[in-house]
Formats: sequence, structure tokens, C-alpha cells
Amino acid sequence: MKPFKNHETGQNKSDEIADGARRNAVKLFLIFFKIGLFTFGGGYAMIPLIERELSQSRKLLSADEILDIVAISESTPGPIAVNMATFVGYRCCGFFGALAATFGVVLPSFLVILLVSAVLRQFESVESVKMAFFGVRAAVLALILHAVYTMLRQCPKSVFSLSVAALSFLAVAVFSQNALPVLLIAAVLGVLNTLLIKRRWKK
Amino acid sequence: MTLLNLFLTFFKIGLFTFGGGYAMLPLIEEEVTAHGWLTTQQLVNFVAVSESTPGPFAINISTYVGAETAGFFGALVATFGVVLPSFIVILIVAKCYVAFKSSAPVQGALSGLRPAVVGLIGAAAVSVGAAVFFPSGVSAAEFTNPQIYVSLGILAFSLLLLQKKLHPILLILVGAALGLVSGFFIFPN
Repeated sequence: MKPFKNHETGQNKSDEIADGARRNAVKLFLIFFKIGLFTFGGGYAMIPLIERELSQSRKLLSADEILDIVAISESTPGPIAVNMATFVGYRCCGFFGALAATFGVVLPSFLVILLVSAVLRQFESVESVKMAFFGVRAAVLALILHAVYTMLRQCPKSVFSLSVAALSFLAVAVFSQNALPVLLIAAVLGVLNTLLIKRRWKK
Repeated sequence: MTLLNLFLTFFKIGLFTFGGGYAMLPLIEEEVTAHGWLTTQQLVNFVAVSESTPGPFAINISTYVGAETAGFFGALVATFGVVLPSFIVILIVAKCYVAFKSSAPVQGALSGLRPAVVGLIGAAAVSVGAAVFFPSGVSAAEFTNPQIYVSLGILAFSLLLLQKKLHPILLILVGAALGLVSGFFIFPN
């Protein structure tokens, strides 16, 4: 694949820009299609692929920019994979770049899962598949518990964040509250807590 | 009506999920069981499928629930719904991301959201655990069912393998193999 057209040298004629942008959008689509196709298990697994495809081999993004993109993707709503694709696409070639990259990263999942959903229901009633899924469910529970453990270790060990984690858990698991209000309250508490700490520092 | 419902539900899920991996699980579990689209057990089965197929979990589960509920267009609408909030928010943030990154309210909100998400995934683990150990409802009689103890054994072994950094896809294969072994040798009907 040819490298992207450099924006500084490609800005002689408006035709050329439009042409270059279109070609860049197609390339972004292909790159993110590939990333979507070869990423198993979600957003974080994408980071090394994005680095290789966009930073090392094409020099489209610097290592610092990639760190920023990861940080922003983690702190905005939605799946990290989609956030990263939209962000990278936008940084490279504006709105249509964002559209192309996002479409590219989603398409492989979409197609594969359409196929899976067509066959999964028929397979699910097969006796040996039922047995296999009986074991698989316990393994998935282990994956989820392990994720909780890992995330808990990454949380700041402050009284505030540990109590938010514990109270959110209790609110949903014991008191059967909905997740959404819990998230909203946690966000508000986080803002208040940060502002209070700031004020205390200023005094 | 179903299509609109799918779109709105997955738009909401996309808008209120922060973080990667299983961060979406609590909201998805709540929504799909409340709408009667999937049981918790089917959802857990699908988590395994999603781990073993390409792409982010969020996209996989949206496409799957959409397809199961309303066919191709259901899949299209649910996936579009889950992606749209990300897309819009990132387009806005990308223009001013330096200001966004260092903004005190944003950092503050995240300092509350991150631990809350951990707590919520913990709560989702409890309902997944209930579906794994008590597929026909929690009751004292269930404790005499040997399947509980086999599940517990597979869970303990899986946690050990994860601690040894086994890849999730391989772990799911190990789970499937153990499920088959227990099905054929421990509970032959």
C-alpha cells in the first residue's frame, strides 16, 4: 500500500485535496477494517495494531498522539475501539476520515456476527454444544471476575474511589438499583470531590 | 417499533458506557433481560462467542441482539445506535481535546465513573454467577445438584489459568472441553 499523501505537499489545487482526501478515506477504511478483523476481545487489543499501522509504518501519528487518543477514548462514552477509530480518522482526514475509519472498524464484527447469529441458535439446541457451553459459562464468569480484579487494582487507592466502587456494587447487586442513575450519581460525586479538593489546596 | 426500541436502547448503552472490555456488560445485561431479548444465560454464552470472534464486544453484542430480535435491520439499527454517541462525542472532543483532557470537571466526573464501573461490573458478575450456578433459580434444593460443584471447579481452574496469563480464547476452549467431559462422564443421561 502506498503511504498517505502528505497534506503539506498535496495542497496545491483544491481538486487535488479532494482527490487526496477521498483516497485517504479509502485507505483509512481499509486499515481499520483490517484492525477490526484481527482484534479479538476489544478496544485495548487494538492499541498495538493502531501503533503499527498508523505510527510506525505510515508516520501518520506520533507516539504522543497515540497516547492522547487512548486517553480520550477511555474518557469519552462508548466502546474504546469505536472512539479510537473515529478520533484517528478525524485527525487524519476530517469528518469523512472519521466516518471511513469508524465504518471500517465496525464492519468486520457486524458481518461475522450476522453469520454467527444465523448458526448459533441451531447449534445451541445440540446436546454436546449445550454441554460445552455449560463449561464455557463458568470460564466466562472467571474472565469477568478477573477483569473486576484487574480494574480494581488499577483504581486509585483513595477512600473516595474505593467507596464509590463498593457503593455502586451494593446499590446494584444488593439493592437492585439500575446502573444508569448509579453512574450519574458517581459522576456528580466525582466532580464535587475534585472541586472540593482543589478548593482545599488553594486555601 | 422494535427497531426504534433497539436503536434507542443501544444508543443509551453507547452513551453511558465508559471504559473498555466488560464496562458495557452491566448496562447490556440490565437492558436485554428487561426487554426479554436474551436471558442472562444466553448473554453469558454470547460473551464467550464474542471473545472468540473479531471485533469489540460492544459491536458484537449489539449486532447479535439486533439480529436475534429483528433480523438484518435489527442488527443494523442496534449497531448504528451503539456507535452513534461515540461518533458524535469524539467529533466534538477532537476539536478541543487538549482543553477536554485537562478540564477539571471532566477529570472529576471520570474519577467517579471509573470506580463506579468497577462496582457495576462486580454486580454484573453476581448475576452472571447466579446464571452459572443456579440456572433454574436460587434455592436450597439446588445445592444438592452436583452441577454446581462442577461449575465451581471449572471456575476455580479458569481463575488459576488466567492468573497464569492464559489467552481468553484458549480459556474458552478449555471451558468447552471441560463442559463436554463433565457432560459425557459425570452426568450421562
